[in-house]
Amino acid sequence: MTPHASLGIRPASLLSLLALAVLALAAVSLAVGYAPLALGQAVADWLAGQKSLPALVVYELRLPRALLGALVGFSLGMAGAAMQGLLRNPLAEPGVIGISSAAAFGAVLAFYSGLSASLALALPLGGIAGALVATVILFILLGRGASTTTLILAGVALNSFAGAATSLALNLAPNPYATLEIVFWLMGSLADRSMSHVWLVLPPMLAGWLLMASTAPALDALSLGEDTAASLGFDLVWLRARLIGGTALAVGSAVAVTGAIGFVGLVVPHLLRPLVGHRPGRLLVASGFGGAILVLAADIGVRIMPVRPELKLGVVTALIGAPFLFTLVQRLRREVL
Amino acid sequence: MAITASEISVMLGGRPVLQQVDAQISPGEVLGLIGPNGAGKTTLLRVLAALLTPDQGRVDHDGASLRELGRGSLARRVAFLAQGGEAPASLSVEALVGLGRLPHRRPFARAGEADRRAVARALTLCDATGFAARAVGTLSGGERHRVLLARALAVEAPYLLADEPLAGLDPQHQLDTLQLLRRISGEGTGVVVVLHDLTLAARFCDRLLLLDRGQRIADGSPVEVLDDNRLAEVFGIHALRGSHAGEPFILPWGRKLARS
Repeated sequence: MTPHASLGIRPASLLSLLALAVLALAAVSLAVGYAPLALGQAVADWLAGQKSLPALVVYELRLPRALLGALVGFSLGMAGAAMQGLLRNPLAEPGVIGISSAAAFGAVLAFYSGLSASLALALPLGGIAGALVATVILFILLGRGASTTTLILAGVALNSFAGAATSLALNLAPNPYATLEIVFWLMGSLADRSMSHVWLVLPPMLAGWLLMASTAPALDALSLGEDTAASLGFDLVWLRARLIGGTALAVGSAVAVTGAIGFVGLVVPHLLRPLVGHRPGRLLVASGFGGAILVLAADIGVRIMPVRPELKLGVVTALIGAPFLFTLVQRLRREVL
Repeated sequence: MAITASEISVMLGGRPVLQQVDAQISPGEVLGLIGPNGAGKTTLLRVLAALLTPDQGRVDHDGASLRELGRGSLARRVAFLAQGGEAPASLSVEALVGLGRLPHRRPFARAGEADRRAVARALTLCDATGFAARAVGTLSGGERHRVLLARALAVEAPYLLADEPLAGLDPQHQLDTLQLLRRISGEGTGVVVVLHDLTLAARFCDRLLLLDRGQRIADGSPVEVLDDNRLAEVFGIHALRGSHAGEPFILPWGRKLARS
């Protein structure tokens, strides 16, 4: 029972530190790869407009990987903090409202239908379509003034349905090879993505981040309960709509382009919460940076580890994330009871 | 200058919770909402605070409708202290009380001098300055109540609506809380408070509004409202009465004597 309200880090300094760490890891991510490469030369060539082989490797292979790692991580981290704030439940994560499963199913459908063979961006487009459909269904299910319980139930229903549909696609897959490919895609990876993936997901992700960030003061108020938040002047229906919409845009795009990467949105907010004085509003952007750090680090990890073919990113984030949860359980047991 | 609720009817789950209830609260006045469990006290308080839109009837602030007033200025006019009071265990007391300043701050603006003064004043009023830096989860029940009240006071609204602020408090803190409410009403705040203790209601409220099964039974001075017939009819009790130093006390003593 010690007073531990704040660890005395100014919000601005914390965000700068996290942003610096993201930049540093992105630089490391550019430097790490399967081909030995003179990075300085490659960047110089690229900047000079020379399409040398090293320049192409950096621009076509490594840059999209680093950028997507940061974008996807930021989306997952921020959406995790947003959902934990909205549902006031430490077990909430971006997938809780069913958008991620629907995005995964949309991508699997694009894969399964053979669209992905003819159209390069069919997978992410299918994923985004899945996320959009799920969001519309969610809003129809919720209507105006729905309670938190309704939201969780609607999320469970969407998750079950999208999960079952994905299993059905696997069940009916024409050959074992197709099944394997779908399963591997679902585990999540940043490998072999291109800049067109980056341009595709950047606008919806930015819009999602802005929507979520705009709710910061309302989330702080909501930590005192729904009536108190409403009495402080916040419209809870509008708050919920912004958070669901923001999560759908950011996480839907993330899953569409990389597959399911678990645990980031669950663990990162927990790790950073003490550093922002337990303010759910301040946690949003900090968790975004934290998510980017975790995903970039895990993606560097899979390339450094002497395991070939490289491990799937979702597997590694879960392997890193789960032990953090164990320590969290320990800490909570000591603190709260 | 008042909050006026006219002919308020509320249905919840197909059951009438309030039927054609009128209520009014003026600045500088302490209005006690009393009545047995399920009488509709909390519902009326939530309607007055604009947390619940009634099925019929309207709430006006100085003649302006809630729509004309708008969400932001309403939040600066009415502070609401919820029953029970949810608060994150790890948040610091000072940060929690500071949330009461949100209606006064532009989104994402830092707390200004006026905000800091209001928080410090609310903490002082509630005798909570000593543990301002502690986490909410480390407080005792009484300290926690005071901090949540300080959060509502930090809004510095002209009206404070409090739902059973005495629940779970020991006698000393019950008296402290009511004296505090009297003090802020003396400074011009209109206070509506849901109470169960009839003696405290009679002693500390200027006016009592008695509800029973969704209907307004009486509205007036404590002496008028709390007569023996009403105690028997509404609460089903008979009470011992007396006075001490000129103030009345009402001691519930037994169930209503069976008649007929």
